[in-house]
Parts: sequence; structure tokens; C-alpha cells
Amino acid sequence: MISFELNGLQVQVEEGSTLLEAAKFFGFPIPTLCHMDGLEPYGACRLCVVEIGEGSKAKLVTSCTYRAEEGLKVRTSSERVVKARKMIIELLLASTPQSKVIQDLAAEHHVMQQRFRQEHEDCILCGLCVRMCKEQMVAGAIGFRGRGENRSIGTPFDMKSEQCRLCGGCMYVCPVCTLRCTFNDPDRAVCGGCANLAAPCVEEEKFHDLMCYMSPCVACEIVEYEKEKQTKIEG
Amino acid sequence: MNSELIREIVDRNEANNNGLISTMEEIQSKFGYLPREALEKVAEKTNRSLVDIYGVATFYRAFSLEPRGEHLVSACLGTACHVRGASLVANEIGKQLGIEPGETTQDDKFTFETVNCLGACALGPVVVVDGHYFSQVNTSTVSDILKKSVEGFDKVEVATDERIFPIEVSCPRCNHSLMAPDHQMDGYPSIWITHSYGLKHGWLRMSSLYGSYKSEAEYDIPENQVINFFCPHCHTELIGAADCTECGTQMIPMIVRGGGTVQVCPRKGCKGHILDL
Ligand code: SF4
Ligand code: SF4
Ligand code: FES
Repeated sequence: MISFELNGLQVQVEEGSTLLEAAKFFGFPIPTLCHMDGLEPYGACRLCVVEIGEGSKAKLVTSCTYRAEEGLKVRTSSERVVKARKMIIELLLASTPQSKVIQDLAAEHHVMQQRFRQEHEDCILCGLCVRMCKEQMVAGAIGFRGRGENRSIGTPFDMKSEQCRLCGGCMYVCPVCTLRCTFNDPDRAVCGGCANLAAPCVEEEKFHDLMCYMSPCVACEIVEYEKEKQTKIEG
Repeated sequence: MNSELIREIVDRNEANNNGLISTMEEIQSKFGYLPREALEKVAEKTNRSLVDIYGVATFYRAFSLEPRGEHLVSACLGTACHVRGASLVANEIGKQLGIEPGETTQDDKFTFETVNCLGACALGPVVVVDGHYFSQVNTSTVSDILKKSVEGFDKVEVATDERIFPIEVSCPRCNHSLMAPDHQMDGYPSIWITHSYGLKHGWLRMSSLYGSYKSEAEYDIPENQVINFFCPHCHTELIGAADCTECGTQMIPMIVRGGGTVQVCPRKGCKGHILDL
């Protein structure tokens, strides 16, 4: 057992558990985005930052990857942590404003503004889909490609994958594209967000490289078809 | 596509625990790029998923998934080179070759790319052609560099290069001279010895110019073949104690007239050598 201080509380956890697991267990909420039970921690989104150490040695670490250490002093919602977290959410909003998950996070953490240049990315490179595909589906069909601003998710050589099991797991875990497939059926869409947002695949010039595993996605064709039918009937 | 060769490369690197990158580097150096079949083979042999291999291949700029030209011209556009006019140099190269960075000329002679720093900032603007560094390049020297890369860098300019001088060598065992005055190379008597590999056994001549790597042999020696050297007079095998600094092969020693030894690497294509005067 390892004992350390969590928000001023003396706690004990199993050796090897992460700060995130400990905080969850003792009831201190930490927001996460790229973390999911059952998948290897990856530490990509930085949303789960907590502050460790004291005085000038204090620093921010990602709690999903940091293992509890004997005598550590951890603060899960110090001023510094809250500020960093809000900034991360603001940056996420700047890149993928259409994501329901990120909108919810922003609301929950009182992020009221977005001061950066607005972009419309379709991926935050959180790696959830890659880990899902590899660790749970044991398919290894998709992965990271390229680097820097050219980094993207997809299949090797952009080919239709022979490894893909068409399970949809990658889309299910994706925090960005959860809205994508409900567009053709706004009535059944859980949040209704798609009714006021254009579907990513419709605004092609904003959302280049679509990464839907069913690409080319048929959803919008159905919409077009329905619209055509509608105009025919009306006309 | 030589799948035999790929299999051999992958197996050997796997057996030596060499890791993915060195396997891919070797494939790239053999084919000039990473063919898709090769990546598939690597994935299959190393039990990784193809997308992992593809991810590594697309992560490093040094790897190319497209066939590249015979000569690779890289112009540095790093900060230090940039402030000294590297972009003008890059434009000039592009103009002379008629291609944009990242492209290959129609005749497959040149591939031109820009890089972000070569770590030789003090020499900027730097242009690298096939591993040869050119420093303080400006627009007027570009055509010269391109011309040289076609002619080959190994062409020796004896008159102008002071690092190049002829040596005279003899056998370390019987001390007979190994020089052949009647057979000149690079304008100097060549070094004459007997070589063998596999079942082949014949003569081999090397340029006696220190800094020139010219050689001629009775048989075509395949690249990377390690050959055994013998003195044509006493027939002893020339074999030394030192390992080649480039590839680790045991080097062959010869006595230099006037005192000292020279050791050369017996692997075809390797330029490893030690001169001790
Ligand atoms: S749908 Fe295909 S790519 Fe997505 S998780 Fe399943 S197997 Fe992997
Ligand atoms: S596609 Fe979605 S799940 Fe995959 S890395 Fe991008 S944001 Fe994350
Ligand atoms: S949840 Fe820890 S970095 Fe994303």
C-alpha cells in the first residue's frame, strides 16, 4: 500500500494505481477525455492535470498516467489546476467546436469564451479509437500517421482495411464524431445538436479528410436523396 | 520487387534484435524508398499491425513511401540557413531541376526536398546531395553542385585536394612491394593483390591515392561482400587486428613505405580505413 496526501486528506492506495484512479475512488472528480477504463492510459488530452509537490517544486502532471508515490502531495482542483483545465477546454473548443462532449465539458467548467482562431477539425488526436481498435477489438486497423500538423488517424495507405471488423467501436469512443452519424435522423439524435450544426461531411470545405470508417459515408447521400424526394413531392 | 531480399533483410535484423527502424533503413537504402510490399512483409514478420509500421514510416522524414530519384538533394531551410538566404537557394534548385520540393524529376535523376535543420548551422546555407554536405551555398553555386552530383563525388581532384596523396605499400609479412607501376590508376601505380571470396580467386587492383576508393577486380564483387586479401608474393592472407570503424569487419593491414601502416576494410562498398603514419 502507498499512502499519500490527496487534497489534504491522508489516503492509502494499492501500489501501481494512478492518481486518477485514487481520486475517483476517494470521490474527487477529475475530468478526462482521452481516458477510458479498459484502455491503456495515453495522456494525450491533458485535461486530467493535477498539481503535485509544494512551493516552487509544484508542477502539473496528468493524473491518468501518473502513479501514486509514497508521501506525494496532490491537489486535484487548486487554482492553477482549474486555470490550466479551462485553458485546455478553450483550446479544444477552438479546434473542434462541433463536439458535444467538448461543449458539455465547457459548460460544466464554466468556460464562457473562446479567444483563439476558430477551426473546424474533425479529430483531437486523443487516440481513443486507435487504442479501442488495437486493445479491445484486437484488429489494429487504424493508427496514427504522419506527424506535427499532418498527423492524422486512418488506415495504412488510406486503403479500405482488411483488418477492420466494421464494429464501429472507433466511432463509438470518439469524443468528436459522436454527432456524425445521427445527422440523417435528427429526431432520434440524442442531443439535437445536429439539427443546428451542419454535418461534418456536408461542409466539405471546412471538414476535409473525413475519417469515418465507412468512408465514403452514405449518411449524407441518404439526406440528399430524402431532400430530392421531398422536393419532388412538393413540386 | 525482390521479396527474397526483403525477407532476408527482415530476418537478419530480427535475428540481431535490431529493431524496426534499422530494418526499415536498410530496406530504404536498398530500394531507395519503402515499397508497400516491404512494409507488409515487415508487419507480417515482426507480428505488428501494418498501421504501426506505416505510422513509423510516415513519422520520419528520412523515410519515403514514394520511389525517389537517383540523387537526393536536400536544401536546409532552418533558421540559420534561412537568414542567409536559403530560400533563394531552394528556389534556384527547384528552378534548375524544374520541380517543387518533395518532387522527383521526370527522368528519375533527382529528388528535391527541403529540410528544417541539418544541425550544421554554422555552415549555412547548407545543401546536402547524397550525403555530401555543401556549405555556404548561394544561387550561383547551385548549378555546380548539381553538375557534380551527376558526375559523381568520388571523382578525385588530385591537384586541388591536399587530403589526397599517393601512398606506396608493401606486404606486412614478406615486405615485398605491392605496387604495380605498369598498371596505373588515377595516374599513379596501383596496389596489386590477390583476392578471394566464395570459390572465386583472382587479382584485385586498388588506387594508391589515399582518399580515392577506386578498385578493379578480376571478378565482379557484389556489394557488401567481404573478401579475403592475399599477398601475391608470399601468398599469406593479409589480416589485421583492428575492426572497421564503419562496419566492424576485420580490416586488412599493409605497410606504408616511409613508416606506418594503412588498414582498409575488405567489405565491398565500405570506405572504412585507418592510416597510421
Ligand atoms: S470499426 Fe474497424 S477501425 Fe473501428 S474499432 Fe472496429 S475494427 Fe477498428
Ligand atoms: S478520431 Fe476521435 S477517437 Fe480517434 S483520435 Fe480523433 S478524436 Fe480521438
Ligand atoms: S485523460 Fe489524462 S491526459 Fe487525457
